[in-house]
Amino acid sequence: MTFAEIQTRAETASHTFFDSHHPRILIGASTCGKAAGADDLLGALPGHLEALGLNIEVSQVGCLGLCYEEPLMELHSASAPPLLFSRVTPERLGDILATYYGTGEGDALATMGPQAHGALPPFEALPMLHGQVRVVSRNFGRIDPENMDHYIARNGYTGLARALAMPAEEVIEEVKAAGLRGRGGAGFPTGLKWEFCRKAESEQKYMICNADEGDPGAFMDRSVLESDPHSTLEGMIIGAFAIGASEGYIYVRAEYPLAITRLEKAIKQATDYGLLGDNILGSGFSFHVKIKKGAGAFVCGEETALLASIEGKRGMPRTRPPFPAHSGLHGKPTNINNVETLANLPVLLERGASAFTANGTPKSRGTKTFALAGKIVRTGLIEVPLGTTLRRIIFDIGGGIPDGKAFKAVQTGGPSGGCIPPDLIELPVDYERLAEAGAIMGSGGLVVMDEGTCMVDVARYFLEFTQVESCGKCVPCRLGTRQLLQILTSITRGDSKPGDIDLMLEVSHAVKAGSLCGLGQTAPNPVLTTIKYYRHEYESHVNDRCCPTHTCEGLLRYTINPATCTGCTACVKVCPTSAITGERRAAHTIDTATCIRCDACFQTCKFDAIMKT
Amino acid sequence: MITFSIDGESVSAQPGDTVLRAATAAGIYIPHLCDSEGLEPYGACRLCIVEIEGRRGLPTSCSVPVEEGLVVRNDVDAVNRVRRMVCEMLIADHPLVCLSCSANMNCELQDVAAFLGIKGSRLRRTVRKPILDESNPFYTRDLSKCILCGLCTRACHELRGVGAIEIAGRGFDSRVAAPGDLPVRESICTSCGECVDRCPVNALWAKNETVPPTSLTRTTCVYCGCGCGLELGTRGGKIVRIRGDKANPSNRGSLCVKGRFGMDFVSSPDRLTVPLIRRHGVFEEASWDEALDLVATRFNAIKAEHGADALAGLSSAKCTNEENYVFQKLFRAAIGTNNVDHCARLCHASTVAGLARAFGSGAMTNPQVEFEYADCIFVTGSNTTEAHPIAAMSIIAAVEKHGATLIVADPRRIDLTRYATLHLRQRSGTDVALFNAMLQVIISEGLADDVFVERRTEGLEALCDCVADCTPEWAAPITGVPAEQIREAARLYAAAERGSIAYSMGITQHTTGTDNVMALANLAMLTGNVGRASTGVNPLRGQNNVQGACDLGALPDKYPGYQNVEDADIRATFEAAWGVALSPHNGLTVTEIVSAAGCGGVRGLYIMGENPMLSDPNLNHVQQAMEDIEFLCVQDIFLTETAQMADVVLPAASFAEKDGTFTNTDRRVQRVRAALSAPGQARDDWAILCDLSTRIGYPMAYDSPATIMDEIATVSPIYGGISFARIEEVGLQWPCPDAEHPGTTFLHADTFTRGRGKFHATPFRVAAEEPDSAYPLLLTTGRYLYHWHTRTLTSRSEGLEAICPPVPIEIHPDDAAQQGIADGDIITVSSRRGTLRANAVLTERSPRGTVFMAFHFHEGAANLLTNDAVDPIAKIPEYKVCAVRITTAAVTDDAVSPVQEKQKNQGAAGLITTPA
Repeated sequence: MTFAEIQTRAETASHTFFDSHHPRILIGASTCGKAAGADDLLGALPGHLEALGLNIEVSQVGCLGLCYEEPLMELHSASAPPLLFSRVTPERLGDILATYYGTGEGDALATMGPQAHGALPPFEALPMLHGQVRVVSRNFGRIDPENMDHYIARNGYTGLARALAMPAEEVIEEVKAAGLRGRGGAGFPTGLKWEFCRKAESEQKYMICNADEGDPGAFMDRSVLESDPHSTLEGMIIGAFAIGASEGYIYVRAEYPLAITRLEKAIKQATDYGLLGDNILGSGFSFHVKIKKGAGAFVCGEETALLASIEGKRGMPRTRPPFPAHSGLHGKPTNINNVETLANLPVLLERGASAFTANGTPKSRGTKTFALAGKIVRTGLIEVPLGTTLRRIIFDIGGGIPDGKAFKAVQTGGPSGGCIPPDLIELPVDYERLAEAGAIMGSGGLVVMDEGTCMVDVARYFLEFTQVESCGKCVPCRLGTRQLLQILTSITRGDSKPGDIDLMLEVSHAVKAGSLCGLGQTAPNPVLTTIKYYRHEYESHVNDRCCPTHTCEGLLRYTINPATCTGCTACVKVCPTSAITGERRAAHTIDTATCIRCDACFQTCKFDAIMKT
Repeated sequence: MITFSIDGESVSAQPGDTVLRAATAAGIYIPHLCDSEGLEPYGACRLCIVEIEGRRGLPTSCSVPVEEGLVVRNDVDAVNRVRRMVCEMLIADHPLVCLSCSANMNCELQDVAAFLGIKGSRLRRTVRKPILDESNPFYTRDLSKCILCGLCTRACHELRGVGAIEIAGRGFDSRVAAPGDLPVRESICTSCGECVDRCPVNALWAKNETVPPTSLTRTTCVYCGCGCGLELGTRGGKIVRIRGDKANPSNRGSLCVKGRFGMDFVSSPDRLTVPLIRRHGVFEEASWDEALDLVATRFNAIKAEHGADALAGLSSAKCTNEENYVFQKLFRAAIGTNNVDHCARLCHASTVAGLARAFGSGAMTNPQVEFEYADCIFVTGSNTTEAHPIAAMSIIAAVEKHGATLIVADPRRIDLTRYATLHLRQRSGTDVALFNAMLQVIISEGLADDVFVERRTEGLEALCDCVADCTPEWAAPITGVPAEQIREAARLYAAAERGSIAYSMGITQHTTGTDNVMALANLAMLTGNVGRASTGVNPLRGQNNVQGACDLGALPDKYPGYQNVEDADIRATFEAAWGVALSPHNGLTVTEIVSAAGCGGVRGLYIMGENPMLSDPNLNHVQQAMEDIEFLCVQDIFLTETAQMADVVLPAASFAEKDGTFTNTDRRVQRVRAALSAPGQARDDWAILCDLSTRIGYPMAYDSPATIMDEIATVSPIYGGISFARIEEVGLQWPCPDAEHPGTTFLHADTFTRGRGKFHATPFRVAAEEPDSAYPLLLTTGRYLYHWHTRTLTSRSEGLEAICPPVPIEIHPDDAAQQGIADGDIITVSSRRGTLRANAVLTERSPRGTVFMAFHFHEGAANLLTNDAVDPIAKIPEYKVCAVRITTAAVTDDAVSPVQEKQKNQGAAGLITTPA
């Protein structure tokens, strides 16, 4: 079958799905939707539909990116514009269905149609969507990720078909011209990486997809794989063709079962369609893909550790040279790309390099997905052109900080990244500018913190993570992260020593400069950036034994405000160490030497008389 | 040569070197803890970081290959600042017990800290209590001292191919562990000690190393034919440390468990220290004069009455070349008989016979280290990892590092099969059928190297006729190997660019031993796999100096240098050299001497360092012969089973107490050096022999072994260019005809020793004794890693005894089930020649129908059972095939063969009386 015939078949098969006047119910059923209760909706739907006498097809789709509004449900009918309902519960379901399929209206978030519907804005006009450019996420929530015809009908595999008709070297040139850089974090130019591997001489080469997304707070790759698995697969096949690989692996963490299921289905479908396997589209090019499940070691996201893990060895990075492009999996030339990098390729090849370069900055081309998390109004998955400012991302798209609190920091790049302070809110987010600020792009996690966050505690949290996740091979990472964690812990507990801050800077320098792989080389970033931008907070902890945000228990001092204390004795009763004394109806006092800072009095007092300083 | 600079100093290096190794070679110290010779770069300690002009960051010098013009900065602040902090981190996590640590003054972490000027650590100390694993008998591990350099785990994997330990856990919790964090004793550790040797901080240390040595002696190991270089550290008259000699080309610093930990025998209280004379049935201590005069008198009397051929001598493959030379000279020149042989008769006589016929020379064609670069290795009848552990390292490296194909043809599932592409499990005794079928495939499929055959060989027609009908289908029912496997093996070997054959006793110890060897030679010649590096037919020699004992003429038909005693011209040369008339007839072989002793043909026997009372087949027959002989003199370091039957026992020096040379399986003549003085009155073997010769009436006197070697060089052309001066640093491989000759790495380069290589027809014959209804199982014998031959040496090591106690018999579970035998049962094993008790070990290592025993144990001597039928040409006995039955039935003490009982009842000390 030619590709044109496959396309025609797919368009016919998915015609009704894309017809918004064809009655249909779409449920966002990615992990975010499921976590918010999508499965309950799916379970309740048949009963409600039957009760209403409706015979409407229900489809599961991926993540629209508005995770804070999950579960999301999109309703289509022949007579009304399609509407998107948010935070749908089984309790509300009956009413929503009855109203929409009765009147064509509803208490919806937006319309999925092109124009506003009454007071309902079109989806793209929602504040969270405004300013986004969706390339990688173009199909998110718009197709059934388990239906390959949907993907093909939205131009899927067109990029591959075009690539296969080109000499492999030209495909590489196109990717180089587009300036696509690795979205896994380091930002190495993808075309250049391919070229190294293409030029390595070997009968056997491997193409590997790195889907070992391990940063806390990051879920871009998971969303891609769950919402649109074929885009990654297509990107992998294009890459394999470019470098001349006949075998590939998708290294995906076992904690992503839904992603794995959808990938497995995608691989089977693509093989059935002749777009994967032997002699793809009659081009003579053959490529086979296997899935390898990772066992949850953060370090296995590092290329050489990942290769060791696929080989069945302990997941530990090794020294380079040799680089994987020359000696990778089983000693053969190997190319490794991250999920999002690969998901960019179908569109890049379909529309050409010039369309790709329309977005982004001269050195950081294209768009980037980010996972918004932490103290931010609209959590979820967004995609913006590189170079978009932090302000735009956090305040315009993300809706700013909840509860009227002040913005204090944003952590980019996960535990390897850094904390960026409010002064840099106008920073355009691209590879270079983030690095200059002491952070990294990383895979795209953005954790927002408000004024109530203790930056020393944040650094301690991230070091706790990297210390555990260090593979233990090289000394600075194994022992240096441990030292940093020990010092940070003692600072937050109030038993720090003079000079600890400078000692941490020295240790951090050695860990960064001396570590074997990216994990260690970036692990001190949270410490370094928090000291750089919030040194006063450290000094309060060390010099004054005080945690300005009252987060670090070990530094808290509990006192009783005699002006508001009524002498009700409630606190005396809950205090486990009898640290509180005082006559009934007279102001009480706390003996700080006996107090163990358990917070019981604070939580018990009805008069806000207990003060934490 | 590549030239680059470190801190402005110009350094030369070979392409492929790393910056670190080039610096070390140039005497420049770059701090490091995780790099070691023979291992891949690891990059974990991060101390060898340097700055390189034009490169980002601080690359590790252990992983950066040298390049022309590289500008490296090592001892500079920017680098040392990071190193200091890394070192402080290590120190903060390391117990500060330097003064009481066995590594003190010899600790690489101390070296690094000293270089960096570390004054203390400002970091938080982690308190780790000693985390001891003392389960292994030879070494202790304290994880609290471990710096996780990974040298131990990598040495275990990369070098030894064992993989008993790995790094477990992550981050700070990372630790070296056996699977499941079990004690290392419960892992597959072979106790080679490579990990102990490599540990830079003594987190692993040998239990027997209590004090550092005061003196170091480079010498050669006394166990197997690998010929490993040793560095013996001594102090107070004892060996206190053993290391591999890194400069030795055969072992490059590696050792096996016996070499590293099995030298307790040297200082054993059981050592013989005074001459003993049997009087009225018991041994009495005697003076050297008394003892030697008695031997000389008795020998002269027997010679006067019955002729010189009534005397015979068994020389020793454990003794030096010089001692073997003097021994055969004693018998040939002083006594006048060629009745001199040694245990090579029992191991590689068929090799000497077979390869001499095919190639003209009976030695290993290529050195063992060349296995590493073969692209196909065919190992048959060699349990290499146990019997030649160091040679096995090169075979494993070929597979693991360079992707070579390994074909193992062995009835047993030996450890090497873990690395094999193909394991052919032929029935014991059917090797010729297997090889003939492989030859048939190569010929019929046109896979032969016609050019090589045409240019270098002769006699192909005879071979073609012989194997024409030997199709794999013909061989399959005989050998039990599927025809397709035989075809595949033939194709793989024939397709090899550098095909190498390694074999040992599984091939030679058969009544078809010579045919087996010639069939292998046929394979090599037919495919052109001889005369180049990493090819050849390679008989792995068993004893440390069995090659040398053969080279020096401890053979009844050869003078030193494989010169025929029946050749009048050659004999004339020796008569001139030695100044006496020599016997013109070939002498008796070991097996013939034993038979002749039983029937009065041989009346006086002199045994130096051999123990036929355990090593020879059909021991009941041997015992009878030893009892019947008129006069027996044994010269040894222990009162062996054989020595206990002697009339005179002479105490000799061990290898650690004397000078000389051993020739290893590579044909490399290497120095043995005295590290200690011999205990009591024990003397060097050569000195005893010279003294005796003089008393017999043929004065022999040498001032040192070096002088003996000088004499050897004049009479043996293959040793013509060898002298102690030339082999002071590294040995020489014979043939080495003159003082300028560099030695010969591999044989038969341009021409075979005999001219053209000769194909021999080797029609298949069945073994002498096949299983039948009365004795339904096939017994095959061999060795274990942890013991040496008749256990005279290894039984003095508590550790070796603990790991490998007597007396296991390996039985396939199905065969055991038929007899109702469970694992660990004490069972009775009988053949037509004897009966013994053994402990059943149920294992699929043994194929169905075959049981395996090692011949080490006097408590259950396998050779009570074995068949003394011999190969018609080489006279080697068929140790590898005999018929036995096994039963759980309790055996009466009467039924157990006497050798065993004698051992049980009489301790060695009970036999000796000391004059008041």
